[in-house]
Amino acid sequence: MKKLNLDYKQLPLIATIILFIIMYAFGSFRYTGFFSSQVFLNLFIDNAFLIIVAVGMTFVILSGGIDLSVGSVIALTSMIAASLIMNAGLSPWIVIPICLLTGTLIGMGQGALIQYFNLQPFIVTLAGMFLARGLAYVISVETIAINHPFFSYMASGRIPIWGDNFISPSVIIAFVVVVIAVFVAHFTKYGRNVYAIGGNEQSALLMGLPVARTKVMIYTVSGFCASLSGLVFTFYMLSGYGLHANGLELDTIAAVVIGGTLLTGGSGYVAGSVVGVMILGIIQTVIVFEGTLSSWWTKIAIGALLLLFIVLQRVIVIRSKTKKGIISQH
Amino acid sequence: MQNQTPRLAMEGIVKEFPGVKALSDVNFQLFPGEVHALMGENGAGKSTLIKVLTGVYSIDGGTVTLEGNPIHVNSPLEAQELGISTVYQEVNLCTNLSVVENIFIGRQIMKKGRIDWKEMNRQADELLKRLNLNIDVTKLLSSYSVAMQQMIAIARALNVQAKVLILDEPTSSLDRDEVNQLFDVIRNLQKEGLAIVFVSHFLDQIYEISNRITVLRNGEWIGEYMTKDLPRLELVEKMIGKELNELTSISKGKGDEVQTEKRESFMEVENLSKTGNIQPFNLDIHEGEIVGLAGLLGSGRTELARLLFGADKPDTGEIKIKGVKKQLNSPKQAIANRIAFCSEDRKAEGIIPELTIRENMILAMQGTKGWFRFIPKKKQIEIADEYVELLNINPPNPEQLIKNLSGGNQQKVMLARWLITNPELLILDEPTRGIDIGAKTEIMKLMVSLSEKGMSILFVSSELDEVLRTCDKIAVLRDRKKVSEISNKDHKTQHDIMKEMAGGM
Repeated sequence: MKKLNLDYKQLPLIATIILFIIMYAFGSFRYTGFFSSQVFLNLFIDNAFLIIVAVGMTFVILSGGIDLSVGSVIALTSMIAASLIMNAGLSPWIVIPICLLTGTLIGMGQGALIQYFNLQPFIVTLAGMFLARGLAYVISVETIAINHPFFSYMASGRIPIWGDNFISPSVIIAFVVVVIAVFVAHFTKYGRNVYAIGGNEQSALLMGLPVARTKVMIYTVSGFCASLSGLVFTFYMLSGYGLHANGLELDTIAAVVIGGTLLTGGSGYVAGSVVGVMILGIIQTVIVFEGTLSSWWTKIAIGALLLLFIVLQRVIVIRSKTKKGIISQH
Repeated sequence: MQNQTPRLAMEGIVKEFPGVKALSDVNFQLFPGEVHALMGENGAGKSTLIKVLTGVYSIDGGTVTLEGNPIHVNSPLEAQELGISTVYQEVNLCTNLSVVENIFIGRQIMKKGRIDWKEMNRQADELLKRLNLNIDVTKLLSSYSVAMQQMIAIARALNVQAKVLILDEPTSSLDRDEVNQLFDVIRNLQKEGLAIVFVSHFLDQIYEISNRITVLRNGEWIGEYMTKDLPRLELVEKMIGKELNELTSISKGKGDEVQTEKRESFMEVENLSKTGNIQPFNLDIHEGEIVGLAGLLGSGRTELARLLFGADKPDTGEIKIKGVKKQLNSPKQAIANRIAFCSEDRKAEGIIPELTIRENMILAMQGTKGWFRFIPKKKQIEIADEYVELLNINPPNPEQLIKNLSGGNQQKVMLARWLITNPELLILDEPTRGIDIGAKTEIMKLMVSLSEKGMSILFVSSELDEVLRTCDKIAVLRDRKKVSEISNKDHKTQHDIMKEMAGGM
């Protein structure tokens, strides 16, 4: 394992963790019942889908790209799952692979367009966002409620851990995804190639790294994560609806950036994104406990935090540049 | 001297690009344990030869053999696999990764399906010790200097069981101490029997480190020499070539020289310098004087000119214009002091291809007037017509788009752009590069006639015959330092200037 050495680039992650602890402490002092392990675990239960999609997004942003299609892919997945289960009456064991395949193929298609036609990730995934959301409405404009034993189990299943505390099956899925992602990011060639591409794509190419394959793979994985997240979201909502997860791609990006991943790529951690999601979750929890505040305060808090973190990142980049000294062009 | 077989031999290499023969019949051989310098001015074909060898370009003719076996390299990756590694001028690594990762990425050591960081750290340490470097390999690359990054790039190259190491201008962004450090590393590798190709514009460094020199000029093979048997002067002669084309002689009124000294000084420069670009220098430019700036590529010619135009900010020194101390911190201030700068790279810094001849000419004048005081179109046409005729621009139609003009005519439009502003000092950076002989002669004639009208001109050029034919005095630069100033009086020859350019005689 690599030795932990503090440097500028780890500062955002550390800041994020400290911020989370402060917010948790604030909530615990202010509201009775806030400081309970179940409230903490509920953060995971309520945000399992967001953790999964943020993991996929972390790789995209690490490589210097962006994926705007994830929210729509979640909606599309929920629609496909709901309509195939309820209207076509298929077994979950057929429906789940179909859902996962859909997201994966959308991601792969976007990655191929970005790599082989040299298009901007922003515009390609924007198109993907409209396409997936549109397809969801083509299936049905109405909500399709799901009533199926498997889905009900996944929705309300409680896995006890200690005392009265419990988690949902979705949390297990999210946990497995995070563990695999951390391993991939730090202990596989693919993971390191993602970092290299985000650092300097031209250099990565000259060092003989498989840039094309890696980039397509990044968006494919993001698509897979989005559809898996879509399934978890469907378990959570027990319905399919074209408006599900509207604007979720932006929450995801916010979580990743607040988690300390540099928007320009090359620096960040999967674990950071998990903390980022936790911060978004705790803001919501605080607002619920406060009771009188409108839920729009969540948006305001996220906005303010995002701004803070982007400024922090910029300061770090400037600092590390002046440290190296400016190298003249000639 | 060497009777062993060469590690690498390139014979009769030909490379053609549409319309240009970039390499014709070039030979190159490299023996184990030697540092072989590849020399030549810009466009000589050094980079093309390297790119052919490393598989970036395909070969149109000739053979390459590595340790006696013919090879066909189709990509940089293939070259690496054969043991031919290249370290480029720009460090091509990822600064956001650790040192050990930069050395190993793409061929990490795997154990049970995961990257074995421990073993990689150990091997990286070992590899860097071989280069006499003792650094923390787990730190990010960005925490080390450019020089150190350059050596880490070499370590990466060596990691692939290198047989041939190509160093393409590795020293251009290093200071003296860092260069020494790099040279120690090179000498170590040399002792281990590695064959090294070294490309650099710094003559001192070539003589310090290389055993053998191959000279190219205009894509042709000039010769291969042992460094110790080739005096610097001869090397420079071979690089530049002595093509004294007998053009129409340009008569700079002889007898003027006496007066030159008496003419008023326009610009006095004292101790001006910019770290890494040019060492402190003094320079006087008198009114109506043509001052030549000679030196090999990379000797600091353009850098000096840019300082005088305020395009770069000096670290030390001062500039006096007509005896008054001035701060030139931006080209705008320089233009306000009636200084004009005609850039070397007219494609990137000069012409705006989608505009007409007239619009291109008017730009600088409009710039000095401010954007709100529009020059009436009638006036513009008058001016454009005047200069098209004066400079003999072809086609003689000011409404033609400039991108349709030949290089020489584009250069004349650039010249006109600055002449319209009626400058007192005109800085011309390589105004005759890449244009035909007729246009060259016209531009030189124009320079002489302008100077006779009192305009001062700083003429930066690598064409020594042009400098000798037009200039009153010549400042010679070597390795980013002004080494001498020659008054162009009694039958100075190219030989005299070359001697200064080469130095260390």
